[in-house]
Amino acid sequence: MKWEVVIGLEIHTQLATNSKIFSGSSTAFGAEPNTQANLVDLGMPGVLPVLNKRAVEFAVRFGTAINAHVAKKSIFERKNYFYPDLPKGYQISQAQLPIVGVGQVEIVMEDGETKTVGVTRAHLEEDAGKSLHEEFPDQTGIDLNRAGTPLLEIVSEPDMRSAKEAVAYARKIHQIVTYIGICDGNMQEGSFRCDANVSIRPMGEEKLGTRTELKNINSFRFLEKAINYEIERQIDVIEDGGKIVQETRLYDANKDETRSMRSKEEANDYRYFPDPDLLPVEIDDTFIQQVTADMPELPDVRRERFESEYGLPAYDANVLTSSRVNADFFETVAKACGDAKLAANWVMGDFAAALNKADLEIEQSPVNADALAGLLSRITDNTISGKIAKQVFEAMWAGEGSADEVIEAKGLKQITDTGAIEALVDEVLAANPEQVENYKNAEPDKRPKMIGFFVGQIMKKSQGKANPQQVNQLLADKLG
Amino acid sequence: MHTKTLAQLSAGLRAGEYSSVELTQHFLSRIEQFDSTLNSFITVTPEQALEQAKTADARRAAGDASDLTGIPIAHKDIFCTQGVRTSCASKMLDNFISPYDATVVTKLAEAGVVCVGKTNMDEFAMGSSNETSYYGPVRNPWNIDCVPGGSSGGSAAAMSASLAAAVTGTDTGGSIRQPAALTGITGLKPTYGRVSRYGMIAFASSLDQAGPMTKTAEDAAMMLQAMAGFDVKDSTSADRPVDDYVSGLNNSIAGLKVGVVKEFMTGDLDSGIAASTQAVLDELKRQGAEIVEVSLPNAHLSVPAYYVVAPAECSSNLSRFDGVRFGHRCNNPKDLTDLYERSRSEGFGSEVKRRIMIGAYALSAGFYDAYYIKAQKIRQLIANDFAEAFKQCDVIVSPTAPDTAFKLGEKTDDPVSMYLQDIYTIAVNLAGLPGMSIPAQHANGMPVGFQLVGNLFDEARLLNVAHQIQQATDWHLATPEGF
Amino acid sequence: MSLTSDDVAKIAHLARLAVEPTEAEALSGDLSNILDLVAQMESVDTDAVEPMAHPLEMSQRLRLDEVTETDQRELYQSNAPEAEKGLFLVPKVIE
Repeated sequence: MKWEVVIGLEIHTQLATNSKIFSGSSTAFGAEPNTQANLVDLGMPGVLPVLNKRAVEFAVRFGTAINAHVAKKSIFERKNYFYPDLPKGYQISQAQLPIVGVGQVEIVMEDGETKTVGVTRAHLEEDAGKSLHEEFPDQTGIDLNRAGTPLLEIVSEPDMRSAKEAVAYARKIHQIVTYIGICDGNMQEGSFRCDANVSIRPMGEEKLGTRTELKNINSFRFLEKAINYEIERQIDVIEDGGKIVQETRLYDANKDETRSMRSKEEANDYRYFPDPDLLPVEIDDTFIQQVTADMPELPDVRRERFESEYGLPAYDANVLTSSRVNADFFETVAKACGDAKLAANWVMGDFAAALNKADLEIEQSPVNADALAGLLSRITDNTISGKIAKQVFEAMWAGEGSADEVIEAKGLKQITDTGAIEALVDEVLAANPEQVENYKNAEPDKRPKMIGFFVGQIMKKSQGKANPQQVNQLLADKLG
Repeated sequence: MHTKTLAQLSAGLRAGEYSSVELTQHFLSRIEQFDSTLNSFITVTPEQALEQAKTADARRAAGDASDLTGIPIAHKDIFCTQGVRTSCASKMLDNFISPYDATVVTKLAEAGVVCVGKTNMDEFAMGSSNETSYYGPVRNPWNIDCVPGGSSGGSAAAMSASLAAAVTGTDTGGSIRQPAALTGITGLKPTYGRVSRYGMIAFASSLDQAGPMTKTAEDAAMMLQAMAGFDVKDSTSADRPVDDYVSGLNNSIAGLKVGVVKEFMTGDLDSGIAASTQAVLDELKRQGAEIVEVSLPNAHLSVPAYYVVAPAECSSNLSRFDGVRFGHRCNNPKDLTDLYERSRSEGFGSEVKRRIMIGAYALSAGFYDAYYIKAQKIRQLIANDFAEAFKQCDVIVSPTAPDTAFKLGEKTDDPVSMYLQDIYTIAVNLAGLPGMSIPAQHANGMPVGFQLVGNLFDEARLLNVAHQIQQATDWHLATPEGF
Repeated sequence: MSLTSDDVAKIAHLARLAVEPTEAEALSGDLSNILDLVAQMESVDTDAVEPMAHPLEMSQRLRLDEVTETDQRELYQSNAPEAEKGLFLVPKVIE
């Protein structure tokens, strides 16, 4: 039996506003429990919500960025259910009339294939608080700092047919929301959360199979793994003669499996109705135009600019603009050190390799953009060679200080004094008369390789610090 | 002093006839003397009141007093008052000390009022007799075996017995007007959005409004002047300037077109109440008003529609009372479900539970269109009816309530018969219009209320008409014996 | 409109209210009576009518995105039935 997989993603993005969607509390991450939860966030008796303009602007920005319909009138509704991290006993969300309607995004697969994925809608809602189960033996602690943080929930059409497509789509949405500045995209901190709806059906069948909803996925890698696990699980269940239960399942990254969520097994009747404490949100063309005018550079525009302004090849520009933080990082380095090509090579090369090896995100890098620019400046001003720079970089990564500090501490300054280099060249030539003889007698096309021997010896003698260009020049002069 | 109106007391304070401290002490001792009979207060705050009175006297001495400065009032226990218990007459909030002040409380405090305490009410504002309070029923000063009406029954009884110079109330389906009618006082429900709801514990968000309950229309005008206004903290509050409610009180009402609702003046109407209503109409005619008949063809659907919309909104509004962050929590909850179910079942009385359940049902899957949407459509029809009627008249009038005050316990076994007490008042809330009840002549030995309904934001006109009636008649001057 | 005790149990659970078996019958009777009252709505045709959500023709005011609140945890938690280390406590929730 050939199975077709149908995947839809619901992505919750925390909007990067200063204050919450319905109150003036701060949205800053990491505060002490319940120090950023005011009367409105706590759902105290008698309090009322007032809508944050920036949250609306950010939603409209997103709608504009994906060429979606932006609703001039949208309504907030109450989604009623009981949970301790939901203080009012309902979440203020949007149901029938969301602020952003149908749109689409283009995704590019690894093999270069493009595909259009539909966005059904995007709506504004408030985030819930956090439940902490580890702090107390028999109790759960509730922190409502996060309650009321604005979310834009982006719902895709069930257009994806593989875990890889789902990841490509999720990455694209991540790229867009970070580029337009509405979300910091930090998956570890929960600013960008993907839930996947997965179902299977016999190839050729039009009717959708029963779907399960996967939650608790906080990286793209886990998104792919969770979906793949779930696909296998569903195929197994059906091939064993069973039926898929429509349910929510949590992804367990440690065991690489999905588990049914016990507490949410019963279907909830959310009893949606328009929130009577809020009025219809009405925006006009002027509002939308202003938002469009204030929009930060979109990824494709930035990519083209990197090609034209920095003279980067298309491939480089594409890699560097894959994420907003990447693009920002590169541009800071390029501007500070003045050599875009060098910056591009390093950011895509040694720097990226170090991040991957340590399994860190760019925001967690021990070497920030200014520090890297400092290192690259020492290459462009000839203080050190490119090769030595790698050594310096390693030391900087290990926390040994700035480029200058490391160069100083380890005495890694390039030797550029002609007299000193000449002395080294003479030393090596004198110590290796046979090779000199061979060189002088060798065919011209064999010489470049043979010169490498001398270069190597000189580098060894100078602990790699002799300026390679000068070494080569002097050798050429002396050997003829 | 307690026999004087707020306006007279204000003048007396201004003239230095007495101080706010003296006035406050006077009302505090009356509360001590009479409230054990009436049970109109849940919390009395003598120390804070006297402090506020001292501050008011100091303000006056410094030349910084306004009309309400130093006037002792009471707040319905639905308004959050910082540092003071705010119970909504429920066991759920018996231990709740509010961490903040409602906007209405702040505005009146800035005007310099003295707050003597929090008045009793039906639990979470659900009721028409003040018999659902956790703190026991309130008695009507005109006959202590009778109810004062509800839900602002404590406010009405306290005002009727002159235990304060003015009291605040709230009205969702008639909860200011009906008790005002049953206790012989004046009560005003402003246009929806005229007064801020921030800090007013929500029952039905699209219907609730706060308003003054007083001896006279003039007093109500002075109170409303301080209470009304746009509030940035309330998204449903109207961003429009506050009218001058006081300066137009003495305008003549000659030429005023008064619409009598034909659907409310049927043969079923109690003959005593019909006679009282007619006496007011006669007075209006005497002053040069023209009486016309208007029709509200869908008015009979207002009670059914209300008993979908209000419970639906309240079922959601009351979900926050879950024993987690404040309010009553059951002992030794064994798990989360137990925590919720027992805390809420122990904390809420039966009328509240009934309404939460009706509300949850009306919103539930499969019933939303038939109930909630249908009710909101009927609401639109009723609003349309009023709009049409106002093309033919300036104010619409009717009796406020179908009965005079009934005996305690008489209707408690039959929720629906209790609901029908609001048959003339509910349509006004559904349409968001302003409505007032003023005392008319007694029937069956008990007070009767006359209702005036205005177009949106036409409170000034209502107050003017009411004041003109009160200038020429003495029905509003009657006070209960023994208080 | 008649509600069965099953209906009543379902609604009670949605609303997190515990209904004792002794209460259930009276409650379902009361609720059924209220629904009979409500059923009067069906007497009028409302197909051509828009539902009213707000009596006033107003749209939602938009607030400037500013942090206006300070940490007042102690005051706000003063009514908490149980709180420790700044957290509100409930019986352990298993997810």
